[in-house]
Amino acid sequence: MHELALCESVLSILQGQAKTQQFDRVKTVWLQVGALSCAAPEALDFCFRAVTAGTLADGARLEVIRTPGQAWCMRCGETVMLGERYDPCPQCGTFEVQVTGGDEMRIKELEVE
Amino acid sequence: MCTVCGCGQATQEGPANSHRHKPHAHHHHHDGHGHDHHHDHRHGDGTDTFDFGSGPAGAHVPGMSQARIVQVEQDILGENDRLAGRNRSYFAERNVLALNLVSSPGSGKTTLLVRSIESLAERFPVAVIEGDQQTSFDADRIRATGVPAVQINTGKGCHLDARMVGDAAHRLDPQEGSVLFIENVGNLVCPAAFDLGEARRVVMLSVTEGDDKPLKYPDMFHAADLMMITKTDLLPYVSFDIEKCVEFARRINPEIEVMRVSATSGEGLETWFEWIGRRRSAVVPSQSSASEARA
Repeated sequence: MHELALCESVLSILQGQAKTQQFDRVKTVWLQVGALSCAAPEALDFCFRAVTAGTLADGARLEVIRTPGQAWCMRCGETVMLGERYDPCPQCGTFEVQVTGGDEMRIKELEVE
Repeated sequence: MCTVCGCGQATQEGPANSHRHKPHAHHHHHDGHGHDHHHDHRHGDGTDTFDFGSGPAGAHVPGMSQARIVQVEQDILGENDRLAGRNRSYFAERNVLALNLVSSPGSGKTTLLVRSIESLAERFPVAVIEGDQQTSFDADRIRATGVPAVQINTGKGCHLDARMVGDAAHRLDPQEGSVLFIENVGNLVCPAAFDLGEARRVVMLSVTEGDDKPLKYPDMFHAADLMMITKTDLLPYVSFDIEKCVEFARRINPEIEVMRVSATSGEGLETWFEWIGRRRSAVVPSQSSASEARA
């Protein structure tokens, strides 16, 4: 259940930001989670609630922004979209693809008070 | 028990040298997605393009009052990655080769490790960090071979992280030039995301599992440098197609190296020891590389 650990990291970042950016409460967190990252948005959602209970982000809304998987196809010589890591290039059907994006897990922005 | 992830209640417990997560009193689950998500900010529709360009207040949350938007732009795993970098420096200073061994439970990691240590400990110093949810059974098995081992109990945690490994490594205080085996918690999902500061990641897959596991658990096989197919002495009794398995693994990770071993019959062990020896030569500059230079 690594989403629990991920949410603990999110909380730790929020607590750090509360000091540096001077806020007391977090109302919304925008997380960018790539389609090829290893986090499941549904699991993030319930872990976030559990982890933030009683903290500065108690009751905060978690908005997960899914970004598509991107890869460089060596055969086609261009960037293509990938739904899953094990998918072939949607154009040429080979597996000569290297993931170049969509595997990130980042906190983008916060709505705070 | 959690029906989404299979974990128990989300309480982290462990000895002082392991996890310092705060305890959680409860574990929420959603019954489907009956709750309301507000999408005031600009989502792309489906999987097209997302533009986070200008960002701040007004754009994301129209009509808000005292609330404001702050930019963060931080990787969720940033802190773990920072600690992993620190571990990597620590290992480099001591010329320690750290290998992160990952697999599902029951793939034979500990048996292979014990068998490996029996041979390798004669050639160079070996140390072990054992990760399990509970018990020190594995560390006890390792210590019985005479090499130093530290057990990390993750409690309900499902993976090792860089902080735990850093703490354990300092306690273990591995000898200069050691090979440090880090046996991760048996789990093909969660450990994939957590860099421990290792030099190489080795995923083990036994022939009693399925040959399609690389496709079922792509994150783990993508993050590994070497796939060891274990328990090959059982191949006559199971329908495991090695070629298919390797083909699946290379779909995910074209660079992955592959080895087949059996701790019981001894197949492939020498190849595995040579692989470790080569990796160790790369981090231990002294005699080995000097003698190679003379050769």
